[in-house]
Amino acid sequence: MGVGLEHFLILSAVLFAIGLYGVLAKKNAVVILMSIEIMLSAVNIAMVAFSRYSQSITGQVFVIFIMVVAAAEAAVGLALIIAIYRRRKTVDAEKFDLMKW
Amino acid sequence: MGLDIAFWILAVVCVGAALAVVLLRNIFRAALFLVLCFFTVAGIYVALGADFLAGAQVLIYVGAIGVLIIFAIMLTRESRQGSPSGRLRLPALLIGLLFLVTMVFVVVGTDWSVVAEIPTEPTTSAIAQALFSGEEGFVLAFEIAAALILAAIIGAIVLVREK
Repeated sequence: MGVGLEHFLILSAVLFAIGLYGVLAKKNAVVILMSIEIMLSAVNIAMVAFSRYSQSITGQVFVIFIMVVAAAEAAVGLALIIAIYRRRKTVDAEKFDLMKW
Repeated sequence: MGLDIAFWILAVVCVGAALAVVLLRNIFRAALFLVLCFFTVAGIYVALGADFLAGAQVLIYVGAIGVLIIFAIMLTRESRQGSPSGRLRLPALLIGLLFLVTMVFVVVGTDWSVVAEIPTEPTTSAIAQALFSGEEGFVLAFEIAAALILAAIIGAIVLVREK
């Protein structure tokens, strides 16, 4: 049995689950951002696989937009982490409680 | 046949690198494994016949986001503390496994209607046509993406600027 759409979708699901675990379990905010990037890559793989196996280019166009948003998100997220680190000398996500009440 | 072998190698390396990102305690090594994971995702795009996206993946993810994350790690100097897991480790594992089982169940159980024969051809001009072709194109979304990038750059500069 050759590699088909299901293989790519399951690979995408595995990557997304790993990223989900990292986002929920990790304390370091930079590692949380890295896990978010893994989740975005997983979604991109699913999009490209659907685009390939349905002969429609729209999926690849969406991947371009996801890449744009991911780059913007990484830039702003890391800037936020550096700004918080300057004030509080930590990047531990469990200690970010400025907006709790 | 060659494509199958390439897929399995890429998939195993990709999942292994992603696991290393969330399991390693040394955060700098985790970042390097993230870069490896991005590289293998580019390889998977090639296996799927998406040549333009593979190039964009290497340029944007490996080049830009990889360097950005390594910079952030060095600027925040948390590497001696590593990346420990928080209180939610077991619930997170449970939720991740639950999601994975659900997705595998759905993907295997669905009868996908796929196109039978698949010719591989360059996708760059096809993507450009889809992006910029008048009525049913994505020109508006493209312009909004440009505005979003500008806003993100200005926001990042404002956030990290010294008072």
